[in-house]
Amino acid sequence: MGLLSKKDAALITDPFADNNPITIQVLGICSALAITAELKASIVMAVSVLFVMGVGNVVISLMRNIIPSKIRIIAQLIVVATLVIIVDLVLKAVAYDLSKTLGAFIGLIITNCIIMGRFEAFALANGPWRSFLDGIGNAVGYGVILILVGFFRELLGSGTLLGFKVLGDPIEKTGLYALGYENNGFMLLAPMALIVVGIIIWIQRSRNEALIEEN
Amino acid sequence: MEHLELFFKSIFIDNMVFATFLGMCSYLAVSKKVTTAVGLGAAVIFVLMVTVPLNWLLDQYILQPGALKWLGVEYAAYDLSFLSFILFIATIATMVQLVEIIVEKFSPSLYNSLGIFLPLIAVNCAILGGSLFMQSREIPTLGLALTYGVGSGIGWFLAILAIAAIREKIRYSNIPAPLRGLGITFIVTGLMAIGFMSFGGMLTGGEEEAKAEEKTAIETPVEEKKIEEATKEVKEEVAVNTKEIK
Repeated sequence: MGLLSKKDAALITDPFADNNPITIQVLGICSALAITAELKASIVMAVSVLFVMGVGNVVISLMRNIIPSKIRIIAQLIVVATLVIIVDLVLKAVAYDLSKTLGAFIGLIITNCIIMGRFEAFALANGPWRSFLDGIGNAVGYGVILILVGFFRELLGSGTLLGFKVLGDPIEKTGLYALGYENNGFMLLAPMALIVVGIIIWIQRSRNEALIEEN
Repeated sequence: MEHLELFFKSIFIDNMVFATFLGMCSYLAVSKKVTTAVGLGAAVIFVLMVTVPLNWLLDQYILQPGALKWLGVEYAAYDLSFLSFILFIATIATMVQLVEIIVEKFSPSLYNSLGIFLPLIAVNCAILGGSLFMQSREIPTLGLALTYGVGSGIGWFLAILAIAAIREKIRYSNIPAPLRGLGITFIVTGLMAIGFMSFGGMLTGGEEEAKAEEKTAIETPVEEKKIEEATKEVKEEVAVNTKEIK
């Protein structure tokens, strides 16, 4: 990467795997679990968070010297809330049905710990360009897990991907269903999201011994 | 009755952690010890109790379409609902700060035990989630909003208490190394969520049973009367018989 120095590139690539916001930093779990029953909703959520993180980190980083530290949480919340309102209004205009299914969870991006966590840990101490990279990196790391969970839950739960019937038609018994395959409706329910994320953590940590916790 | 129903519904059926995954971050981060979990849980109940009714008032008198009618006819067409995120979060952040100051002044011991958790609560999704669900579920009265706030707070408290207790015990188990810590907590929470799903039919099932009980309740007095009459007759007969013997 000619544009980025090695240090800057690490800001983007680190959160991708070894310092993933969801599986390692334990930030932003709520939305990761609640809206992942469909792949489409997961993608929209990932993109929304990418926008809020990228812009928010830059704004906070630019304002970092004029925010008094005592009221910084309120100041941060107001910045995020403004950005989330923009996302919400855009979604309502462009994809009304989807914004209905996401419902309160778009609003909950405000209190998504990922955003506040990165503001506190990074944007308050670094310049705008590095903060921007950090924001993008973390949002992508978050999005990858979200899309992964959404992919498995939709595929195993309803046999579709983005609404397309990839495994055949369950009513007319085509494709896999002709062989007696059944959808696992349980994957669509809330508890399975937790278990899928648990399994992702399991796989990630068994591939990288350094990440294993003591207890 | 309405209050009781909403109360139990928000604790068990719509449990914040197990049904909607709200406040998961602090749920996972602060559940290593039971004592700290209790402190955070208590703080969440308290803050939800204050902020949900407050945000209900804001929603009802400022944000909803036509809510500004009390200012005059010309304001009746205003729809400020797009401001709800910013107003809710501002209320929550201010209330948390205010609660912190008040608790510090009047109950230093409680302040010390809640300590670090109070300021963190402003960014706990459970709190904002409480207000947003209150808005999207269209809770009709202030009293019900209060019930909803307290109920969902208690639900969250129960969840974090349970997982903290489990995590304290799980330390002695032989878990596969990559699953230790976060991984097993996720899976245990998933299993607990499956358990909580069984509360799902609690309210609908209850109504049908209640009706059936009423019907039998109406029938029983008639039967009791018959039995009473029958016993009276028997007693009289016995009395007559004993007299004859004498």
